[in-house]
Formats: sequence, structure tokens, C-alpha cells
Amino acid sequence: MDLKDKLISSFMAFEDNIDVEHPVHDVRLAAIKNFEDKGFPSKKEEAWKYTSLNSLQKVDFSIFPKEDNAIEYKDVKKYFVHEIDTYKIVFIDGVYSSHLSETTHDGVDICLMSSALTKPMYKQIIDVYFNKVASKMESLTTLNTAFSREGAYIYIPKNKMPKKPVEIVHFATGNEASLMLQPRNLIIVEENAEVQIIERHQNLTSNDVLTNSVTEIFAAESTIVDYYKIQNDAGTASLVDNTYIDQKSKSHVSVHTFSFGGKLTRNNLNFYQNGEYMDSTMKGVTILGDKQHVDHHTLVHHLEPNCESHQDYKGIYGDSSTGVFNGKIIVDKIAQKTNAFQKNNNILISDKATINTKPQLEIFADDVKCSHGCTIGQLDEDALFYLQSRGIPKKEARALLMYAFANNVLESVRIPELKARINKLIAKKLGVNLGFDL
Amino acid sequence: MLKIDNLHAQVDDKEILKGINLEVKAGEVHAIMGPNGSGKSTLAAVIAGKEEFEVTKGTVSLDGEDLEEISPEERAHKGIFMSFQYPVEIPGVSVTNFMKTAINANRKARGQEDMPANEMLKLIRDKAELLEIDRKFLSRSLNEGFSGGEKKRNEIFQMAMLEPKLAILDETDSGLDIDALRIVANGVNKLKGKDNAVVVITHYQRLLDYIVPDFVHVIHNGKIVKSGGKELAHELEEKGYDWLKNEAVV
Repeated sequence: MDLKDKLISSFMAFEDNIDVEHPVHDVRLAAIKNFEDKGFPSKKEEAWKYTSLNSLQKVDFSIFPKEDNAIEYKDVKKYFVHEIDTYKIVFIDGVYSSHLSETTHDGVDICLMSSALTKPMYKQIIDVYFNKVASKMESLTTLNTAFSREGAYIYIPKNKMPKKPVEIVHFATGNEASLMLQPRNLIIVEENAEVQIIERHQNLTSNDVLTNSVTEIFAAESTIVDYYKIQNDAGTASLVDNTYIDQKSKSHVSVHTFSFGGKLTRNNLNFYQNGEYMDSTMKGVTILGDKQHVDHHTLVHHLEPNCESHQDYKGIYGDSSTGVFNGKIIVDKIAQKTNAFQKNNNILISDKATINTKPQLEIFADDVKCSHGCTIGQLDEDALFYLQSRGIPKKEARALLMYAFANNVLESVRIPELKARINKLIAKKLGVNLGFDL
Repeated sequence: MLKIDNLHAQVDDKEILKGINLEVKAGEVHAIMGPNGSGKSTLAAVIAGKEEFEVTKGTVSLDGEDLEEISPEERAHKGIFMSFQYPVEIPGVSVTNFMKTAINANRKARGQEDMPANEMLKLIRDKAELLEIDRKFLSRSLNEGFSGGEKKRNEIFQMAMLEPKLAILDETDSGLDIDALRIVANGVNKLKGKDNAVVVITHYQRLLDYIVPDFVHVIHNGKIVKSGGKELAHELEEKGYDWLKNEAVV
């Protein structure tokens, strides 16, 4: 049985364990129908031209993991940004771990999607927000919607800001030979509120893991939302991340994606600007080796006038790794005075590495500033010689230049300890100790 | 210290150096002058070990060791420093972090421990003061958005930090106003001692009013066509290079 058939037949078993009377279940039913019609995306589709899910579909993934997988904090501490205090929503093989988590209802709700989807007190909010910005057509998103049950639920009321950042961490223990996870996150930030979120997926063994994640973010007027995705998973972990953001006037939303690990990673990052005078920021650093594959698909839909979007993705590709960047910007006819900027710069450090980069601009307004630039190059030989001539060995000089290349993306990271952590990951990934503290 | 013997070098099959002979001893200051395109900067780059220049004949040696197979960083470890005519901009790396990396790379190559942080800071402060470099400047990205003068001053700052045995200054005076020229020259003069040597490559004589050479050589068409004392620089300033070109033909 291939993975699609297995998922569809599993849906009935899934229904045995949830409240099918809840209105959300109608949403799930429509979603599984869509997935059944469409199936997994294939390379014949333009959006999946460079990323194949074929081999993953041949793996016999467990859809419902066993629930007794405890891990000790000390064993996984390093995967948290433990230098700072954070709220934590932690899942082990898809199951909430109260032991590793630190949730709150103190003025804000930082808790579980399973609560939000079942408890009557959340019903009104779920009715308004759940599955309202996520695609009802895209097959993998609807697959996730069909199985939506667990994930992070974050609700920040008007004028509030949680005392500390929130970490959403998913561990896979390897208790299943191969495991498929479908976390569903809902993040609602009301007017003039703020939140910082760090998300990470971590496979603790070399068993296969496939994660198909959907995150919906609603940023109301004058909000500030910073979302950081750390993708440094084991070489047997694959991730499809579908993030949908509904932004209102005067809000500032940024998503930073740091892709250093994993076997196959696909990021579908979608911004919808439903208001004026707002700013959307998408930044990414991708450093790959081996046969790793990362595909960044971004979409910014400018639906109203006077807004900005900034995209800056840097990639460093070694060995036989492959990268994809596809940045789509839509500026509606009404969205005059839009400023939309997009940059994708890549360095290939191996003859076998590949990058496919494509800007896709659809501009229907006439008074806009849109720029895009893609570069693919090698390291600057003159710069390399300059560093070597000061006594810095070639290997370190290369690393320093690559570090410098990626560094400006980090400038906008507003949690210093996280920034330091990412710096270290970059240095480690480049395989050198730099001669200064990061 | 530095001995160049019948050096021929080419880039992209075009021969640029056509038999250079030069010996620089410890404690000496040499000036190398010549018109544009004569091969001055190529000579500097070949000594520093830039790979795009291919040595086809002859040798460059430092303290009796042939440098042919020696990488640019190893040359730096042995005490060679070149001040670049066009310093490269490196966005994302601050001057301070760059210097820390360079200093500790050199120490490591010489089997020394990393320099303690407080010692490093003091050294940076002292040398920045010597070259009248503002603190804020040190946290800026290396050479990025620096004026021509700032870049050159930053080169000499690096030289002062690394204290090389042999400093080659490639057109360090170009782009400098008179005040900056004095500061740069002061930095170079502070380095000078009986154990090290300086080679000043310049198109004009004015830097040599501040860094007084023991010997002046004129390069033309890839060869040293005339050598003399410091008075040769004045002669060139008055007469230009044309008379030498003619002399060379004869």
C-alpha cells in the first residue's frame, strides 16, 4: 500500500478517537476529500518541479505512534535555547510532553491545539480562525488539516506580550522504524500585542521521520511577530513546513528560517497582507552538504496599498546538495505604493551542488517599487587572498567569508542568545573554529 | 632577508616581470618606483604569493628559503606583509574580529597559544591610537564603505598589529591627503628597526619625504632599469620617467 492509500484508510481509524460532532470535523472531512482527489504533489507540477516526494511515499510510515515515549530533559537540553528562559510546548513522537513543557494561561494562552480543538471555551476562537488562512486546495496542507489534532496553540490578547519567547519543539525518538508527524499550530496575536516563537524539529535517532506541518498565524493591527525556524535535523528527517500568515494594518511579521540539516526540507511560506502600512520580512540562511535538499517557496500577496515586504535568502551549497528558491510576489491592482524587495544569493562550494532560483513577480499596480536579485557564485578569490595574506589559513578564510556572507541575515534576529546559537551552528556547519567569539 | 633573483612572472600568458633582481637586507628601506603598468604591483603580489601570477623563471627567497611552494598564509606566518593598493571589502566581519582571527592564526602557526583577550584589546587600542583610528571604526565591517584614505590607514593598522619582518606597501600613498600621509608614514616609521625591512612601492616621490628610503629602484617594462640612493627619487620627480625609458632602450 502506498502512503496515500495508507493515509486515507487511516483516516477512519483517526475518526474513532476524536469528536466527530465538533464543527472542526466538517473541515477535516472536506480536507481529506481534497487530499484524496489530489494526492501527493508530483514533479509534473510547476511548484514541485525540483522537489520529489516519490521516495518518501514508498516508506511504510507509522501514522499513529505509541504514546509511552519519555525522554529526560538533560538528554535533549541542547536542542532548546537553554541560555534563556522560555515557554515550551514540546511533543515527543507527536504526543504532548507535559514533563518537558512549560505552558501558561497567565494573561496569554500558550498551550495545546488538542485543548483548543476540543474545549468549549475555545470554540468561538476556533470558529473564527481555524483553517481560515491555510489553503483549502494545496494537497499537503489539506492532508494536515484532515489529521489536525495536536500542535501548539498560542493566543495573545490585545496589548499583551508574553514574558518570554515560546519554543515549539518536536522530538522523534525512533521508537517507530519510520514515523509520520502532522503537527498543526494556530497562533493568534490580537491588536498591539507581541510574540516571539522558536520552532524546531529534532529526530533523536537515524530512523526515518516525515513531518508535514501546518502553522497558521493571525497578526492583528499593530502587532509584532517574530518567528524563528531552526532546521538542523538528522540526515534521515524530512520536513514539509506550510506556514500561512494573515497580516493586518501596521503589523510587523518576520520569519527567519535556518536550514542546516535534514534530508529533504520544503518550506512553503505564505504571507497575505490584508491591510495597510505593514511590513513582512522573510529571511533565510541555508547551508547544506551531503545529499541534502532544501526548497524555499515564498509567497507574498500584497492585497492593499502602502505595504512593504523584504526577502533575503542566502544559501551555501556543498557536496551533492541541492537548493531551490522560488519567490513569488503578487501585487494587486489596488496595492499602490507597494515596496517589495527580494534577494537570493547563493554560493556553490562544490561542482556537484545545485541551486535553482526563480523570482516570480506578478504586478498589477503601476505605482510600486519591486526589486529582485538572484546570484549564484563562488567565493571571491581576491577576498580569499586578502585574508590569506594576513596569515589566515585558506580553510578558515573560506569559512570566514561564508560566515560573513550569511551574517547579515542574522542582524535582524532579535533574541541575542538565539543569534549567538545560530552563529555557532553556522560555524560548526562550516567546519571551523573562528578566531573570535560568536 | 629578501632576495629576488632573475624573476619572471606572467598572468594569463602575458609576461609582466622580465627578470627582476633585488636584495633587501634587514634594517633597510627600499623604494620601488616606476610608471603605470611597469610591473610594480605584480612584483608585490608575487612576493605575497598571489596564485594567479605564475612564476616562470627565477626565485624569490626569504632568509634563504625559496618561497615558490609556500602559500600566502604561510608567507604571512614567516613575516611577509603586503599593504594592498585596493583593500578588499568584507561585509559582515568587523575590523576587530578580523584582526583577532589574523593574530591568533599567526600565533597558532608559530606554535603559540591564542592571545589573551585583554592583551588583544590593549594591542588593538594602542595601534589604533598610533594610527589615529577612531574606536567606532573598529566595529565596522572590514573596508566596507571606507573612504580611500580609511582603507589605507586600516592597512597600516593591520601591519602595526602583525609586526611583520618584511612589509611591502603597494601604492599606500594613493588616495591619501597630506595629514593621512603623515599618519601612515609615522606608523611605518614606528615599525622600522634593525630586524625588519620595508619595501615602498609608489608612483610619486612625496611619500618618500616621510618614509626615507635607503635605496630607490626604478621598474620599467618588467625590469629594474636603474637603482640609486634617495636622491634618485627627487631626480624622477623633476624629470619624470621618460628619460629612463629612453635610457633603457639604449
